[in-house]
Amino acid sequence: MAVRPIETDVTKTSIKKLPENLTGVISTEDLHVYYGDFEAIKGVSLEFPKNQITALIGPSGSAKSTYLRSLNRMNDEIKGAKVTGKILYKGRDINASDVDVYSVRKQIGMVFQRPNPFSKSIYENIAFALKRHGIKDKNVLDEAVETSLKQAALWDQVKDRLHESAIGMSGGQQQRLCIARAIALKPDVLLLDEPASALDPISTAQVEETLLELKENYSIVIVPHNMQQASRISDYTAFFHLGNVLEYDETRTVFTRPAIQATEDYVSGHYG
Amino acid sequence: MEQIKDTQPTRSTKRNQERFGKTISLIATLLIVLVVLSILFFVLSRGLRTFTQHDVSVLDFFAGTEWRPGETDDAGNALVGALPMIVGSFVVTLLSALLATPVSIGAAVFMTEVSPKAGKKILQPAIELLVGIPSVVYGFIGLTVVVPFVRQLVGGTGFGMLAGTLVLFVMILPTTTSMAVDALNAVPRHYREASFAMGGTRWQTIYRVVLRAAMPGLLTAIVFGMARAFGEALAVQMVIGNAPVLPDSFTTPASTLTSILTMNMGNTVFGTLENDVLWSLASILLVMSLVFNIVTRWIGKKGAIKG
Amino acid sequence: MNPKKVDKAAIAVLYVLAALIVLILASLLAFILIRGIPQFSWEFFTQPAKTFEEGGGIIIQLFNSFYMLLITLLISTPVALGAAIYLSEYAPQNALTDFIRTAIEVLSSLPSIVVGLFGYLIFVIQWGFGFSILSGSLALMIFNLPLLTRTIEDALRAIPGAQREAGLALGLSRWETVTRIVLPAAMPGILTGVILSAGRIFGEAAALIYTAGQSAPALDFTNWNPRSISSPLNIMRPAETLAVHIWKVNSEGIMPDGAEISAGASAILILAVLLFNLLARYLGRKLQQKLTSA
Repeated sequence: MAVRPIETDVTKTSIKKLPENLTGVISTEDLHVYYGDFEAIKGVSLEFPKNQITALIGPSGSAKSTYLRSLNRMNDEIKGAKVTGKILYKGRDINASDVDVYSVRKQIGMVFQRPNPFSKSIYENIAFALKRHGIKDKNVLDEAVETSLKQAALWDQVKDRLHESAIGMSGGQQQRLCIARAIALKPDVLLLDEPASALDPISTAQVEETLLELKENYSIVIVPHNMQQASRISDYTAFFHLGNVLEYDETRTVFTRPAIQATEDYVSGHYG
Repeated sequence: MEQIKDTQPTRSTKRNQERFGKTISLIATLLIVLVVLSILFFVLSRGLRTFTQHDVSVLDFFAGTEWRPGETDDAGNALVGALPMIVGSFVVTLLSALLATPVSIGAAVFMTEVSPKAGKKILQPAIELLVGIPSVVYGFIGLTVVVPFVRQLVGGTGFGMLAGTLVLFVMILPTTTSMAVDALNAVPRHYREASFAMGGTRWQTIYRVVLRAAMPGLLTAIVFGMARAFGEALAVQMVIGNAPVLPDSFTTPASTLTSILTMNMGNTVFGTLENDVLWSLASILLVMSLVFNIVTRWIGKKGAIKG
Repeated sequence: MNPKKVDKAAIAVLYVLAALIVLILASLLAFILIRGIPQFSWEFFTQPAKTFEEGGGIIIQLFNSFYMLLITLLISTPVALGAAIYLSEYAPQNALTDFIRTAIEVLSSLPSIVVGLFGYLIFVIQWGFGFSILSGSLALMIFNLPLLTRTIEDALRAIPGAQREAGLALGLSRWETVTRIVLPAAMPGILTGVILSAGRIFGEAAALIYTAGQSAPALDFTNWNPRSISSPLNIMRPAETLAVHIWKVNSEGIMPDGAEISAGASAILILAVLLFNLLARYLGRKLQQKLTSA
């Protein structure tokens, strides 16, 4: 079949609000992200459901990661980046300048493309941030380390070497440690930016399994590694294209009965 | 509700921490800047006193050949002609750079193009060691080896610009060589391959392609070496003889800006012309180091456009 | 001449030039060590210097060198660390940052004698510290700051940005992230830089002759009261270092065994620089191993 040009008329898209039976946890209204003069995100309004996994898909260059990074104000750390519009979380616009970004990031955790454990022990990787946020009690820390490692399905593999360096772990273990590190802070929302892209298939499967278990307690927004991953683990899917969201619906709907041609072209592999 | 309170700015210790860290590290940075500005200000303002407070004419200072601070000529002008020192500094700097240039570029070419293995195993550590040798040690060796050698060779005392040049040559050699190595390593591999593919010999490739492509970097290396030679004080002072006269040969005692400064700063009274005129010499050193800085920047810019 | 012959000749010349450098180094080292090491004796290391007679030692100068090195590192490392953190983590890309970088570059290229004279003008005269360890250490700090700042900045920059992101995403401040994650990870590089700068400080003389002075008053090594003038710890006493001693002995030329003393002292200087070099490499590697395997 011939490759058709992708539909880019934003007015024809079908962005829906969440159905009545779901509660939202975080949403954006008319969010724009600029890098200098370049507008990477061009006014995105989305609401993410509580205790569900939402995938952000789209061809490369569609600025999914950029969007994801603005949800916990990580774009603040990029020189020359500017984010306008609203990010609503717990009834507050957390994009406002007087909001304490450190507290925002504590409640909206993030896991990155490449595993980035600290060059400290496995135990310290998790306990470190907790200590810095004021938890001093050794028992509380021990328990938090154990709980989060169990939630990340890593406990059994590392419980005997908690005080060894995290750098010696395999890539998949490192990434699950990073997930454990993020959830040890008991965030509401977990943002994951292609968390399996640097991993082999077996590690990828393990991480995906972990995510499916985590959604009981956390609301997850993920930029998946590929479309298969999105269809395997997500409940909702947003289709990004050139800084716009063209479609947002239940994952099943997006993949089987997309509302617009562009989405269909993309999910069926005719584009990107 | 409690977590919402958590996002209120008033409670944020992290924000205070951040402000503290940013402030303290900025203060450290500005402290360095302040030091630089005060060096420029204090040295230059004292150096200018020769002309503003003691009414020495600029021409007499820069072109005068009589250096007898404290004395005046028949017309009552102070005898503070700095030309002998200025000439001395420039001559030893240029000559030592002239000697160091072929040796260091040759050695660098050897290390990068001819035998990288021997370069890494023998020359690299040798150069690193040479960089680390303190300049007084160079001066001491100059005094005990180079000066007697010159004395035997041409007679006289052995002190003079020839001895100074030789000591400086050895001193700047490691600096210029290691910078030349960096410049040559920065030349992309495929430049060489293209030349070999066209049937060029090793030397043709080096001469026509590699050296030409690395030219800005090599020039920078030489200018750096010159800056180091120009500013070196003790090693030169120990071997040049420290006679503030325009020498008639390379093997009679002469002087440089640094050598006269080193000798006399402690023997003059603060605020007198004898003292202030030394600060004028220091100001020349300072200005020249700025000039060397500007030249390397200029070469860097030119090279960047070309490459 | 045909290209083949030119090639052969040119390569031969390159061999000669490379050999020349090795020859220069070898003869310098041989000269210093062969002349210097025979001077090493119990008296040489334990006696104070004598001006007009033979047989003096270098104990005071040696102590002064190490003591001044220690104080210089103590005062310059925090400043260099602060500046390096600012430049690698906080500095925006603007004209002020460019200006700061230019200033540091200018400082690094200033002749050390100019730094010494500035120290003489400000610390010795204006601030009234006199010829003292304090004045000398401050001058050495100025001399040391640009290079140390750059080495530390490079070490910090070598730590991947992902480490910083990890810290920030956990709700830590940038300051916490830098001081508690990036800095420990960069420690091997920083340590190497500090030790290498120690070698430079140890051998520096031009910045010291008008700040720390050219005399080494007798010290009483049993007197540890830092206020007392004969105490080794007193930072307000004049303190000729080993490097200054070599210069002084040779330019005055009144010490009868000046050449021998200088050779011995030069050998110590070179061995110290060698030691610092090896130590820097060894400790850097050791620490790196510890970081990645702990």
